[in-house]
Amino acid sequence: MCAKKMNIALIGNPNTGKTSLFNQLTGMNQKVGNYPGVTVEKKQGSCRLPDGRLVQITDLPGTYSLNPTSMDERIVLETLLDSEGKDFPDLVVVVAEVENLKRNLFLFTQVQDLKIPVVLAINMADQMPRKGIFIDVKALKELLQAEVVLLSARSRKGIEELKQVIASRQKRIREIPFQISVKIDVPYFNKLKNSLRGFPVYKSWLLLTQKEKVPFVSEASWQVLGQFKSDAKILKKHQHKETIYRYQYINDVLKKTHAVDVSKATDLRSRLDKVLTHRVFGYALFVCMLFLMFQSVFSWASLPMDWIDAFFSHLSETAKNKLPSGVLTNLISDGMIPGIGGIVIFIPQIAILFLFVAVLEETGYMSRVVFLMDKIMRRYGMSGKSVIPLVSGTACAIPAIMATRNIIGWKDRLITILVTPFTTCSARLPVYAIIISLVIPERTVFGLFGMQGLALLALYVLGFAAAILSAYFLNKLLKVERKSFFIVEMPNYKLPSLKNVFLEVIEKTKAFVWGAGKIIFALSILIWFLASNGGSDFKNAQKNVSEQFSDAPLSEEALSQEVSSYKLQHSYIGVLGKFIEPAIAPMGYDWKIGIALISSFAAREVFVGALSTIYSVGSDDEGTIKQRMAAEINPQTQQKRFNFPAGMSLMVFYAFAMQCMGTLAIVKKETNSWKWPLFQLVGMGALAYFAALLTYVILT
Amino acid sequence: MSHTVADLRVGEQGVIEVLSFDEVPLALMEMGCLPGKQVTMVQMAPMKDPLYIRVNGSHFAIRKETAERIVLAKRLCDVR
Repeated sequence: MCAKKMNIALIGNPNTGKTSLFNQLTGMNQKVGNYPGVTVEKKQGSCRLPDGRLVQITDLPGTYSLNPTSMDERIVLETLLDSEGKDFPDLVVVVAEVENLKRNLFLFTQVQDLKIPVVLAINMADQMPRKGIFIDVKALKELLQAEVVLLSARSRKGIEELKQVIASRQKRIREIPFQISVKIDVPYFNKLKNSLRGFPVYKSWLLLTQKEKVPFVSEASWQVLGQFKSDAKILKKHQHKETIYRYQYINDVLKKTHAVDVSKATDLRSRLDKVLTHRVFGYALFVCMLFLMFQSVFSWASLPMDWIDAFFSHLSETAKNKLPSGVLTNLISDGMIPGIGGIVIFIPQIAILFLFVAVLEETGYMSRVVFLMDKIMRRYGMSGKSVIPLVSGTACAIPAIMATRNIIGWKDRLITILVTPFTTCSARLPVYAIIISLVIPERTVFGLFGMQGLALLALYVLGFAAAILSAYFLNKLLKVERKSFFIVEMPNYKLPSLKNVFLEVIEKTKAFVWGAGKIIFALSILIWFLASNGGSDFKNAQKNVSEQFSDAPLSEEALSQEVSSYKLQHSYIGVLGKFIEPAIAPMGYDWKIGIALISSFAAREVFVGALSTIYSVGSDDEGTIKQRMAAEINPQTQQKRFNFPAGMSLMVFYAFAMQCMGTLAIVKKETNSWKWPLFQLVGMGALAYFAALLTYVILT
Repeated sequence: MSHTVADLRVGEQGVIEVLSFDEVPLALMEMGCLPGKQVTMVQMAPMKDPLYIRVNGSHFAIRKETAERIVLAKRLCDVR
């Protein structure tokens, strides 16, 4: 028995159905993690071979070559070069696809040149008759000196044969038919080979041509390589020659083994592209698609979200009634249960958004979106793919920020992550709704548009404008290395595979619950603690309030509302609210609004609930709170507290401020550091503060 | 003035003569964009940027600035 499980790596170009194959080989036995220190997904799973052995399968990120252009692609290179690493494969399965065999074989010859045992899996073989493609597998095996398997991952054809081939893997590496080191500048490559005897020469060559240091290579080896690095021109010249020679070899191989009957080629791609990438219809259809997506995330999710909300309030209520009263019960019913509820509530939106994103990616439409939007988004330092997160942000920034994973290029992605929270998310709506109804008259202009509706529209526009403008400035300011070129493959159109879409949605939801959920949970407990604890006034709330009303005794219900209000005022959050009052007074806010602002950090919509507690309204009913808010008077100005300037400035504050710990948590997870979420918190907070101040000053 | 991929109109083809090694990314060559290969302009985004091309059996979009660095040998007939 072998002690160590055999390690199989799947590598291949994007859009070859590599993930479908991975899903077929591993079924539900997969786990998704991260590579240490980077936000690249690491997908591993296990698979049982026909002989009963269990092997580990790693789905490496898609790449066109072993010369990486992105973080994802670096992972592929590093995994294949680190022969001592725990993920180093015993066997690599290069996944190719019948239509792009030529380009797929480029990567195959590179892997083979590294002297790693390799199998070629040609996917989508069931389409060969329809597309008039013929492949002579026997001859191909002979020429490539490797096992070749034809399969169709979607329809499960050829999977067993591939497992069989993996099981019968030969330890002995066959003769490599194409080695770059004997093709170009033989003396140069001989010198390289003799300088680092422990490495396959192609490994030394790949190490030599990397711009960034590869972590696991010893200092001594780097020094040896350093001698070769001095002449950058030669390196570049050889790299180009390598590409040309590899393709020459591949053309020779394919000439003998591969034929295409062009008359059979169906033209679905060009017919669809004529419409979908059209300069008018393309954009029109894209806008329709965005609208459909926005509408679904908004409306399909609202029903399950209401259920989740009701379920957790019921649970919290039950816990409070059934458990013996005390601190622990409060912690469970008011801290932990709402904390978990605050995570679960996002699941419907995340799942629906990722359903869309996965379908768009799977069908090949996403690349067309990038094509259409690249020029416009590039001006603001983002990518064509940034449109999806920005639009999804109008539902909720959390799934939107998760959707930035598809953006190639770190700077494009980072800017998108940083500006997405400006878009008007659904949690801002309850806040806007109540303030608009207070300060904007219910009139129509031009007999058509309601003023209140226009105000809401203006807030949406404000959010988008803030996102686009801050992207523009961030693009100028951020000093992040940027890939200076742009190559986006336009894959064939495909029907999405249900299994792939389903697994993607599950995986993204899990990533949110375990990644950001922990932080959201911890912060909700903290906010609960701050709101339900305080100094001596807080502890004596019952007594103090009873004394206050001793002349005119209140009903029991009214009294308990007064006590809650008193408690919140004297809790730590209340103290904080009073502490920030001098800072917010210039905008016409008092400490009560201060408390609501701080509490909304749990989630913006908490604003309404917090105000209702402070004003001891005792119900979340909007009408009652509204009346109470309308009655508030600012003692300094003797005007209504929620007058037009204060209301407008409050909405501007909500439009700009980063008041959502869930978003902070997901940004931390996606950028792998606290630097960016803190930058957002401070930057957006400052912008919100000054914009709100300016609004108030101008309007009064 | 030399004729480049950026000068093709939708539906037109050309054969790559020279790629400027310093200005065309290696990744583009690795996708099969090499001297002697035929290029077809499939579609253009507004303002002729980016460009959707087919080379060597692969379809991809590149920006105008890159396309201008790929010099074509001669213009072939319009295949529309």
